[in-house]
Amino acid sequence: MKIPFLDKLFTTSELLSNATPDRKFVSDNDSSEISVENLNLYIKGNHILKNLNVQIPDKKITCIIGPSGCGKSTLLKTFNRLIDSVEGLNVDGKIMLHGKNILSENEDLTHHRRKVGLVSQRPCPLPMSIYDNVAYGCRIHGIKNRKNLDKIVEHYLKAAGLWEEVKDRLNTPAVRLSIGQQQRLCLARSLAVEPQIILADEATSALDPISSKTIEELFVNLKRDYSIVMVTHTLRQARRIADYVVFMYLGEIVEAGEASQVFENPQNELTKKYLEGAFS
Amino acid sequence: MKHFEEQMMRFLMFVATLIVFGFVFSIVYAILKQGWGSMSWDMITKLPGGGFYIGKEGGFLNAIVGSLYIVGASTILGLIISIPVVFFLNVYLKSQSKTAYIARLAYDVLFGIPSIVYGAFGFTIMIYFGLRTSVLGGIIVITLLIIPIFIRSMDEVARNFPRDILDATYSLGATRWETIAVVLRQIAPGIATATLLSIGRAIGDAAAVLFTSGYSDSIPTSLSQPAATLPLAVFFQLSSPIKEVQNRAYAAALVLTIIVLILSILGRLISSKFSKNKL
Repeated sequence: MKIPFLDKLFTTSELLSNATPDRKFVSDNDSSEISVENLNLYIKGNHILKNLNVQIPDKKITCIIGPSGCGKSTLLKTFNRLIDSVEGLNVDGKIMLHGKNILSENEDLTHHRRKVGLVSQRPCPLPMSIYDNVAYGCRIHGIKNRKNLDKIVEHYLKAAGLWEEVKDRLNTPAVRLSIGQQQRLCLARSLAVEPQIILADEATSALDPISSKTIEELFVNLKRDYSIVMVTHTLRQARRIADYVVFMYLGEIVEAGEASQVFENPQNELTKKYLEGAFS
Repeated sequence: MKHFEEQMMRFLMFVATLIVFGFVFSIVYAILKQGWGSMSWDMITKLPGGGFYIGKEGGFLNAIVGSLYIVGASTILGLIISIPVVFFLNVYLKSQSKTAYIARLAYDVLFGIPSIVYGAFGFTIMIYFGLRTSVLGGIIVITLLIIPIFIRSMDEVARNFPRDILDATYSLGATRWETIAVVLRQIAPGIATATLLSIGRAIGDAAAVLFTSGYSDSIPTSLSQPAATLPLAVFFQLSSPIKEVQNRAYAAALVLTIIVLILSILGRLISSKFSKNKL
C-alpha cells in the first residue's frame, strides 16, 4: 500500500507565514530527548512504577514492551501527565524534557501537552466533523482564520495519509469513517498542534492488519521529525519498527537499549524469556 | 418445548407493549370524547368572562399563558443551574470523588420528593418572606422540582461519556474549560431529552403551583401577580358540579396534552439533529 507522503513535513507554524509569536518553530538541534530519573509512582499506596531511570532518544521510535499490567501505559500517561486525573496518585522523581521537569507543579500543563501528542489504543475522534477534528487543537490555541485552518487541515490529513480518502467529505461526522481511518484522523489531529513527541498506546491493536500496517509506515516516516514512544503488545511490531526498546516487568525497567541489541542479544534472563515467548 | 417457551415469552412481551399503547390511546380518547365538544377557538384565545365557571362564555387563555410563562422561565433557570453541576461532577471531579458521590445522593433524594412537598416548602418560604402567591413563587418551585430531573438525566448521559474523548482533548493541550465545548456536543441529545422530560413534568404539575402561583383570571403583567396554570384549570373546573364546566376541564387537559405532544416531537427532532456527530 502506497501512502502519499510529503518530502518534508512542515509544522503548523512554518505553514503559516503569519504565525503567532508563541508558536515558534523548534529547530533541528533542539533535542526532545526525554530523560526519566528515579521515577516512582503510587496509586492509592500501590507501587506501580518502581524507580525508573531511562533515556528516550530523540527522533527515534522507542517501543515499550512487557507483559500486561507491567506499567507500560502508566509510564506513557505520565509523559503527558494524563495520569493526573487518577484518584490517589503520588509521584516522585523527575521526567526531564528540554531541561525542565515536566512533573513539576509550575509546568504549564496545556503547553506541555501540546508538545506531546497522543494516539490512543482505540481511535477516539471528537464528536464533530472530520475537518473540525483536525482544526480543533489549532482553534483552541488561537488559530481562527479559515484560510489558515484549511491549509493546516489539508496538510496534516495528507501527512496522516488520509487526505485522498476524505477530501470530498470533510464536513461529514468523523464517526462515519472506518476505524482505521479514524486512527489516522486522530494522528492528523495530534500532529496539527505541533507536538515534538508522539505517544502511541497500542495504537494498532484495535485495527485490521492493513490499517495497522499503514499506521506503522506512518510512524516510520514521522520519526524524521518527531520522537515516537509507543507501547506495544506485539513483539513482531516492535521488531519491525523499533529503534530503541524498553522492556518493563512488574513496574520496573528490566532492560533498555538499541532494538538490535535487545532483540539479538538480551542481557537479562527475563528479557530473553519474554522474547522467546515464555510468558506474555 | 424450547420453541413454545420462546413463543410464550414473546407473546407476553407483546401484550405488555400493547397495554402501554392501550393506555396512551384510551387517555387520548377519553380527553377527546369529553373535551372536544367544548373545544373552540374562544377557549384558547379568550380570558374567562364573567360567569365562565358556571358555564358562560370565555376561555382559559390565562391558564395557557400562565403555564407557558412559568414553565419557560423554570426551564431556562433549571438549565442554567443544572448544566454547570453536570460539568462539575463529570469533568472537574475525579470519577471516584466523595463530593460527587454526595452530590449524586442529594439529587437522587430531591428527585424522589413528591411535588406537593415542594409546593408546601415553597409556600413556607413565601410566607417567611411575606410574599403572596405569584408567578415568581411558581417559577421558583417549578425550578426546584425540575432541577433534579435535569441533573439526573444529563448526568446519566455524561457519565457514559467516553473518558477517551477527555484524554484526547487534554492531550491536544485543551484546558478543562475548553473541553466542555466537546462534552457539550456529545451530550447535546441528552440535554434535549432532559429538557423535554422536565418540561413535561413541569407543565403538568398541579401540586407544586397550587399554593405558590395561585390562580387568576387575568394574564399576569408582573412577577408578583398570581397566575393560572393548565393543571389547575383542569382541577378547578373538574370539581364543578356543572357538566359544561367539567367538559371544559377536559378541553384544558386536551390543550395540555397537545402542548406536551408538540414539545415531544420538537425534542426528538432537535435531539436527532444534535446526535449527527455523536460517537
